Amino acid sequence: MKRKKKKGSILKSIRDSRILLLMLAPAVVYVVIFHYIPMFGAVLAFKDFNYVDGILRSPWNGLQNFQYLILSRKLWPLTRNTLLYNLAFIVFGVIFQVTFAILLSEITGKWFKKISQTLMFMPYFISWVVVVAIVQSLFGYETGILNHILARFGVEGINIYANTGVWPYLLIGFRIWKDTGYGSIVYLASITSIDSSLYEAADVDGASFFQKVFHITLPSIKPTIIIMVLLSVGQIFRGDFGLFYQLVGSNANVLEVADIIDLFVYRSLLTSGDVGMSAAAGLYQSVLCFVTVVFCNWVIKKIDPEYTLF
Amino acid sequence: MNTKTGNNMARQIGMKVLIGVFAFICAFPFYIILISSFTSESTIITEGYSLLPRDFSVEAYRLCFKNPAQIIQAYWMTISTTVVGTLIAVFLGTMTGYVLQRRDFRWGNQFSFFFFFTMLFNGGLTPTYIWCTKYLGFKNSVLALVLPLAFNVWYTIIAKNYFKDIPYELVESAKMDGANDLMIYLRIMLPVAKPLLATLIMFNALRYWNDWYNCMLYISENSLRTMQYFLQNMLNSIKALKEIAQSSGEMMQQQTLPQETMKMAMTVIATGPILLVYPFLQKYFVKGLTVGAVKG
Repeated sequence: MKRKKKKGSILKSIRDSRILLLMLAPAVVYVVIFHYIPMFGAVLAFKDFNYVDGILRSPWNGLQNFQYLILSRKLWPLTRNTLLYNLAFIVFGVIFQVTFAILLSEITGKWFKKISQTLMFMPYFISWVVVVAIVQSLFGYETGILNHILARFGVEGINIYANTGVWPYLLIGFRIWKDTGYGSIVYLASITSIDSSLYEAADVDGASFFQKVFHITLPSIKPTIIIMVLLSVGQIFRGDFGLFYQLVGSNANVLEVADIIDLFVYRSLLTSGDVGMSAAAGLYQSVLCFVTVVFCNWVIKKIDPEYTLF
Repeated sequence: MNTKTGNNMARQIGMKVLIGVFAFICAFPFYIILISSFTSESTIITEGYSLLPRDFSVEAYRLCFKNPAQIIQAYWMTISTTVVGTLIAVFLGTMTGYVLQRRDFRWGNQFSFFFFFTMLFNGGLTPTYIWCTKYLGFKNSVLALVLPLAFNVWYTIIAKNYFKDIPYELVESAKMDGANDLMIYLRIMLPVAKPLLATLIMFNALRYWNDWYNCMLYISENSLRTMQYFLQNMLNSIKALKEIAQSSGEMMQQQTLPQETMKMAMTVIATGPILLVYPFLQKYFVKGLTVGAVKG
């Protein structure tokens, strides 16, 4: 019988759960070192950093880093790109994932289902580095498959590094390509847990396929959709660094249409060595993210408290 | 009734075509990379990458493995960091998750929030990088390849939810028998949480195997490069290719060096193992994703 719920002195609680506290210690130390200290390290945004003086002793310089950041006129395009790309990833991502989850749940044929699911899941297992090899073999100007097929029809090949307009489609396409199989599994699991008597009743009433999808399936998986979307919306100002760094990298042409905050932070830090500017952009991004996720949570709490994250 | 079954048939076919097309799109690039890695360079240069294999050549693989020291070293770095990192990550994640859900643990909620908050607010790359290089000595250290991925709050939440569903009576009866909390975790909880362990092992191993980011940030020494970073270097510059060819004693001119096919062969070498094992482990990923979808 557990008598002490909230009662008893703190000292006694500590003594009773000393082993639990010890078990927790490694993770607490880890989180302090790798999350909380860097959080306070964000003061770098207000400092004129030099490596010798380090984080604490480098002189303060007020809002100068932010001033430079604003004067660079990069802030708005970076923010807009990050936001719009992520918005596209979320919207198309959910549409593809939910659609394929519904399709997978409806089709018959065990083997067909299994094999197609395995194939769709494949891109999830590779890194963005490997996607670079894929881009080169499919869309390379001289040797890529696309241009060879186009040439066969007498159409001039496309140079993706000159026609930067194709990049938004490429980036969104590859992100969808990589995420759909993986994401659809979450929704598929949620669909399979729907009470099948609902569908049987609908069948008796003569409901059509689409009626069942829109009146049973989608409403039933709404909580899952909301949680998944909320999780991504909370991160809407955090770009997919791997995707953009590997595929776009430092290509000046492409950066004009695909520069995101994360790339800018990375470049400022490691290419131009401007720690202050990099930290300022990073802090700007972290604050945006934080505000967004808290706001999302607040909105959800108003609509339906059951779905909140915290 | 007849039109209805006819409709059903047509709909089944339609849905299967849609899924089939998408599954094809997902798998197609892998097929291209595989066949082009077995094509001779001259064919690729003159005819480009193609849908069907035109000839068969293992030249690219022969060159990659002519002097295999670099590749073996990169493989070793990837495998050793994956094994060590995964062990630490799974242990830390399950142990923390286990403590947080124990209902007799007085500060469960407070600590949960302490961990969860790091998902809400993030110091960002710059302070992390400065802190890790200047103060923690991450530059060219194996620590940089293991520690940044060694603890993940999301997986801890998954573990916490999993343990929560295990009957509490197990803990109580073990306590009655005089077992301490660490023993309960090690001897009772871990053995009944095999599906959770399998899932966490898979996810963490995948993260370590595919990591190039930490290697790029902190590692400049060639002998510490992981496979993915090695591949990244190779794809981005022909320098790595030249290095291999030169060190293998084959002085080749730049034009005759099979750059394209070697890139593809390296991609196969770096990705092959994971794509070969994953169909057998797929169910654990599926399980993990569904556990993860439960709210924390």
